[in-house]
Amino acid sequence: MGVAFLVDSERPFVVELDSFSGPLDLLLHLIREQEIDIADIPIARVADQFLATIEALGLNEAANYLDMAAWLLRIKVQLLLPRPFDEEDWEDPRAELVRRLLEYEQIREVTRWLEAQADLRSGQFPRGWLPPEPEREAPPVVLDIAEIFAAVDRILESIPQPVLHRVVPRPLDVEGATRRILEFLTTVPRFDLAELLGPEPTAADVLSALMALLELARVGRVQLAQAEPFGSLGVAGG
Amino acid sequence: MDRLAQLIEAALFSSDSPLSLKDLAALDRDATEAETLTAVQQLGEEYDRSGHGVELVEVAAGYQILTRREFADTIAQANLVTRPRRLSVAALETLAIIAYRQPVGRAEVEEIRGVSVDGVLRSLQERGLIEVVGRDEGIGRPLLYGTTDTFLQLLGLTSTDQLPKLEELSVALRYPEPIPETAE
Repeated sequence: MGVAFLVDSERPFVVELDSFSGPLDLLLHLIREQEIDIADIPIARVADQFLATIEALGLNEAANYLDMAAWLLRIKVQLLLPRPFDEEDWEDPRAELVRRLLEYEQIREVTRWLEAQADLRSGQFPRGWLPPEPEREAPPVVLDIAEIFAAVDRILESIPQPVLHRVVPRPLDVEGATRRILEFLTTVPRFDLAELLGPEPTAADVLSALMALLELARVGRVQLAQAEPFGSLGVAGG
Repeated sequence: MDRLAQLIEAALFSSDSPLSLKDLAALDRDATEAETLTAVQQLGEEYDRSGHGVELVEVAAGYQILTRREFADTIAQANLVTRPRRLSVAALETLAIIAYRQPVGRAEVEEIRGVSVDGVLRSLQERGLIEVVGRDEGIGRPLLYGTTDTFLQLLGLTSTDQLPKLEELSVALRYPEPIPETAE
């Protein structure tokens, strides 16, 4: 493993890593490898090496590396500009880069510490330690547009329509129904409840007839028969 | 060992996760917290003194009985246990930044690392090493992350105070003073 190559005939160096964790990592590597004073980075040289390295490693399409390359080139150009007469006012364009490099190097140092610590700890096992189950992704959701419309319809249907009712008291006419049933029985010996009620009976008519029939059956004037639940109700003279 | 120490040993043995002093206090209602702590220490000393293959370790969430480090390779080679997978450098760098800067947003982590950390944050969160601890007040109210007890446990620490102090690190933000070379 390891990629070895030469950049810049002036001073050869070797890159030993397969990959870097980012542009700052690579830049820091270039600087430390050549023992460059971080407070006085020769930007022109380092920028060229950086560009050559990302090309050699095939990293030159990664936006993060290109971003860093552009920054280095900008600093290189800024350093070429004439400095103001008063040196006090001059701000080193490399200052921000140095700050970020040092900040990053500090994180790298902590990272090495964390790594060593985690290695130490991983050598101690609790009772019955099992490797964690790999997490499975939730299965993809299958959805049909027709199902959505059906769901919308169901919701719309379940919304009650506000309806205003005028409640009219209408007493049941059990006596009238009793008379009608007895008259009916004089013409036919047996009949169906549906025949008695006729087409489209009102709720009050049905209830009146039913109560009259139950009362007549109780006193033995009629006999009621229903073959099956919710079936037609047969009525016969008793 | 007195009875409380024996009870604590039994409880730690039967539990699959660390037990805190508060958990252990439930074993004996009459014992004070100091007495429970003494019993815990007694158990730990017993393990050390009579040469056990396990030791009592204080971890983030409490106490746990762990195998001794010196046996790790042997029992792993015998396929009796599997060593946990190591974290990638990218994951460790991200954890390091979050550990020191928490609560911290994604943008700050990316600024320091110089790369996008979307995927790393997600996998660290899935592994329970970091968690969302709040939202920034700034534009877009970005999520803020912090490290978890699982993170501390992974490192064998009891608190983030045990992380190296930044001023103790060999590299500090001492620009423009000359920087000593780090030993590689």
